[in-house]
Amino acid sequence: MDLRLPSKVLEHIFSFVDSNEDRNSVSLVCKSWFETERLTRKRVFVRNCYAVTPAAVARRFPGMRSLTLKGKPHFADYNLVPDGWGGYAWPWIEAMAEKSPSLEELRLKRMVVTDECLEKIAASFKDFKVLVLTSCEGFSTDGLAAIAVACRNLTELELRECIVEDLGGDWLSYFPETLTSLVSLDFSCLDSEVKLSDLERLVSRSPNLKSLKLNRAVSLDALGSLLRLAPQLVELGTGSFSDKLDQEAVSKLAQVFTELKELKSLSGLWDVLPEYIPLLYSVCPGLTSLNLSYATVQMPDLVELLSRCSNLQKLWVMDLIEDKGLEAVASSCKELRELRVFPSGADVDETNVAMTEQGLVSVSEACPNLESVLYFCAQFTNAALATIAKTRPNLKCFRLCVIEPFAPDHKTHQPLDEGFKAIVESCKDLQRLSVSGLLTDKAFEYIGTHGKKLRMLSIAFAGDSDLMLHHLLSGCESLNKLEIRDCPFGDTALLENAAKLETMRSLWMSSCGVSFGACKLMSEKMPKLNVEVIDEHTPETRPDSSAVEKIYIYRTLAGPRLDMPEFVWTIHKNPEIGVSHLAIE
Amino acid sequence: MSESAAAAAAAEHGYRGLSEFPTMEATQIMSDKTEDNNNNDVLNFKATELRLGLPGSESPERVGFMSLKSSCPVSGAKRVFSDAINGSTKWVFSPDVKDIKPAVPVKEKKSSAPASKAQVVGWPPIRSFRKNTMASSQSQKQDGCDNNNNTETEGCETKSGPEPCLYVKVSMEGAPYLRKIDLKTYKSYVELSSALEKMFSCFTIGQFGSHGGCGRDGLNESRLTDLLRGSEYVVTYEDKDSDWMLVGDVPWEMFICSCKKLRIMKSSEAIGLAPRVMEKCRSRN
Repeated sequence: MDLRLPSKVLEHIFSFVDSNEDRNSVSLVCKSWFETERLTRKRVFVRNCYAVTPAAVARRFPGMRSLTLKGKPHFADYNLVPDGWGGYAWPWIEAMAEKSPSLEELRLKRMVVTDECLEKIAASFKDFKVLVLTSCEGFSTDGLAAIAVACRNLTELELRECIVEDLGGDWLSYFPETLTSLVSLDFSCLDSEVKLSDLERLVSRSPNLKSLKLNRAVSLDALGSLLRLAPQLVELGTGSFSDKLDQEAVSKLAQVFTELKELKSLSGLWDVLPEYIPLLYSVCPGLTSLNLSYATVQMPDLVELLSRCSNLQKLWVMDLIEDKGLEAVASSCKELRELRVFPSGADVDETNVAMTEQGLVSVSEACPNLESVLYFCAQFTNAALATIAKTRPNLKCFRLCVIEPFAPDHKTHQPLDEGFKAIVESCKDLQRLSVSGLLTDKAFEYIGTHGKKLRMLSIAFAGDSDLMLHHLLSGCESLNKLEIRDCPFGDTALLENAAKLETMRSLWMSSCGVSFGACKLMSEKMPKLNVEVIDEHTPETRPDSSAVEKIYIYRTLAGPRLDMPEFVWTIHKNPEIGVSHLAIE
Repeated sequence: MSESAAAAAAAEHGYRGLSEFPTMEATQIMSDKTEDNNNNDVLNFKATELRLGLPGSESPERVGFMSLKSSCPVSGAKRVFSDAINGSTKWVFSPDVKDIKPAVPVKEKKSSAPASKAQVVGWPPIRSFRKNTMASSQSQKQDGCDNNNNTETEGCETKSGPEPCLYVKVSMEGAPYLRKIDLKTYKSYVELSSALEKMFSCFTIGQFGSHGGCGRDGLNESRLTDLLRGSEYVVTYEDKDSDWMLVGDVPWEMFICSCKKLRIMKSSEAIGLAPRVMEKCRSRN
C-alpha cells in the first residue's frame, strides 16, 4: 500500500513548519520530503557564508524569498580579523540576482557590502522589501540612495552599527513620493544630517511606519515634529537629546511623548541632558525594551527612569548605573529577561568602581525571567557567581567580561573556576557562555563536564595547558562555535579532537600556541574543513613548529574559498607548503 | 648579535613574551633555534603526530608560546599580562624590544607604580562602533570650544601626516545614482576623464584641456565652445564659492583643492558656464 502523501498535501503541511531547524529535520526523512521541503522553503539562513556556495543555495531553494547571511567570525567585532579577510556579499548578490530574482529580503551580518552590491540589489530584485545590515562595512551613503530610489515596495531599511562612508544626508531625499510602504527605518549609525523636510514627508506618507531610529544629527526639536507625524511608532531611536529648548518647547515635547501609545522600544538618547529625562516618563510603563547604552545618564536619573519601567524585558545600559541603580532595576523591573551592562570608560582604569558584582547579583536574585546577561565589570567573585547560578538556573546566555585579564576573585584571590562551575552545573540550558578573569584548566574541565547544551563559548586569557581545550572539545556535546584568544595551548588537544570540528560551525584561535605544522596536518586530514591560517608573516620562512598568529577553522561544503587575501594561508592556496615531506607512518 | 636584531629574528619565528628576557637569553634562544632547525624533521614529526595517548602524557617539544616560559604553576598566577600584550599586539609586529613595555602584573599592581599600559588589540571586547562612538562623544565634549574658534583651513595647505582622501560626489544628468570618487587617486585631467568614462560608460565625455592658466595660453571663449560642441556631455564641478564651473580650466592642483562636487551634464546646458569661467579667471588675475 502506498502511504505516500501527495506532494500538494505535504506542501500544505510544511507551510506550517516555520523553524528552519524543524525544516532541516523534515528534509532528512526521505527524498520526497526533501524535495517538497526545499521547494517550499521561503526563508534561508546561511550562518557562515563560506560553508556553502551561493549557487548551491539558489539551486536548492528556488522559492527563496528571504536570505540571511553571516560573514566574518565574531571576533571581527573586536578588530581581531584583519581588513580584507573576506566576507564579501557580492558573489551572493550576483548569484541571487541571476537565479532568485524574486528575492525580497536580505539580512547580512559582518559582511563587506559595497555600493555596487547595493546598486545590484536595487536593479535586480523587483519586489525587494527588506534590507538589514548589521556590523557591515564597505559601502557609502550613495549605495543607500540607490536602494531608496529603486525599491518601490521597500518596507525595511536598517543599518545596525555599520561602518558607512558618509558622504552626506542626501540619500534620504531619494525616496520617491510614491513610496508609502515603509515599516522600519534605522539610520542611527550615520553621521550626516538628513534634510528634515524630506524626512518629515517620508514619515507622513508612511502610515505603516512602526520603527524609526534616527541618527545623532537629528535634533530634539526635529524629533518633536517627527513624532507628531508618527504617533503610532512601536520602536523609537531618538537623535541627540541635548538641544537647549525653551519651556514652551519642552512642554510641547512632553505632550508629544504622551501621544506615543504604542511605544514599546526606546533607544538613542545620545548626549541626553538630565533635565530631559522626565520627558520620557510617560512612555516608561509601556516599554519592554530600553537601550541606554549610549546615554550618559548618571545613577540617580537612571533610578528615576527605571523605577517607572515595570514592564521592561530588555535593558541595555552603561556601568554608570552602578550597583544602586541595578538594585532599583531589581525591585522595579520584574519582567526583565535580558540585561547588558557596558563599560562607560575606555579601559580598565576608567571602569566605574561603584558598579561591582553585587549589581548583577541583585538583579539575578530578584528577576525570575532573567535569561540573558552581558556584564562588563572590573572584577568578580566566586560567591557572586554561585549566587547567580543558584537563583537563576534558567540562564540561557551568560557573558561575563571581567575587564582586567587574569583577575582573580577579588576577595579570596582564588581563580574563578568554582564560580563558573556553579554556573554550568546549575544552568542546564545554558547555550552561550563567555568566561573571563583568572581561570585554570579546572574551569574548563567543569565546563566540559556540565556544559552539555552549550553552543557558543568565548574564552580569553585563560587556562594553563592543552587540557583546557581537550576538556571542551571532548565534553561539550552541543558545541557549535568556539572562539579563543591568548590562551596557552598547542597542538595536541586540537589534533586529538579534530573530528569534533566537523560537528561545529567554526573554531577561532588567536595568539595561542598552535603550530603551523598542526594546521597543515589538519588541512590534509580533514578535507571537509577549511583551515585558514591568518598570519602576517610568510609561513614558508618559519619552521613548522612555530606558532601561528590566528587560525579560523570551519566546516564547509564549498571547499577552499577563492577570495583569500595574501595573509591567509591554506595548503590549497599554497600547495607548495603541503605536508608531503613529513613522514607519517 | 644586537638586541634589536635578535628580537627581530626571533619575532620572525613567532616568539612571544620576548621583552621578559634580557638580551643574553634572547641570544640564547637564537642559538637553540639554529639547532632546532637542523633537527627540523624529527621535531616536526613529534610535534604534529596524531596520537591516541592520554593528553599530557608526552608533550612534544614546542618552540613558541609554551616553551619560552618556565612551566606554569597550576594556579596560573605567575603568568603576566605582558605575555598577552606581546602575543596579541597590533597587526604590524614591532620587533624593537625597547618599545614593548609590559604592563604591571596583576598581583603587583598595588605595590609598584603603574607602568605605561600597552594596548591590547580587541580588549576589552567592545565593538569598534561603540568604541568610536564613545571616543567621539568624549572628544566632542572636550574640543567643543576649540573647534568653534578654528578658522576653516584651506584644503591646499600642506598637512603633516598622511593626506586624507578627497572624496567628491559625481552625479550625472539622467542617472538615478550618485557615484563618489577620490580625487587624490588621479594625477591629471586625462586620468580623471578616463575614470569617469568607465564609470558612466554610456556616453562620451568631451575632452577637457589639461593645461592650466586662464588668459595665459589663449583659453578663450571660442575655444571652449569648440570643445563643447565636440561631445554630448561635459563635466562640471562646484567650487568652493558654490559656482558651477567647467572642468579643465584651472591647473589640476588648483582644481582638486577647490572642487566640491562633480556633475556631468548635457553640453547644451553647459554653454552658459563659459562666460562665468572667463569672469572668474579675470578676477583672479
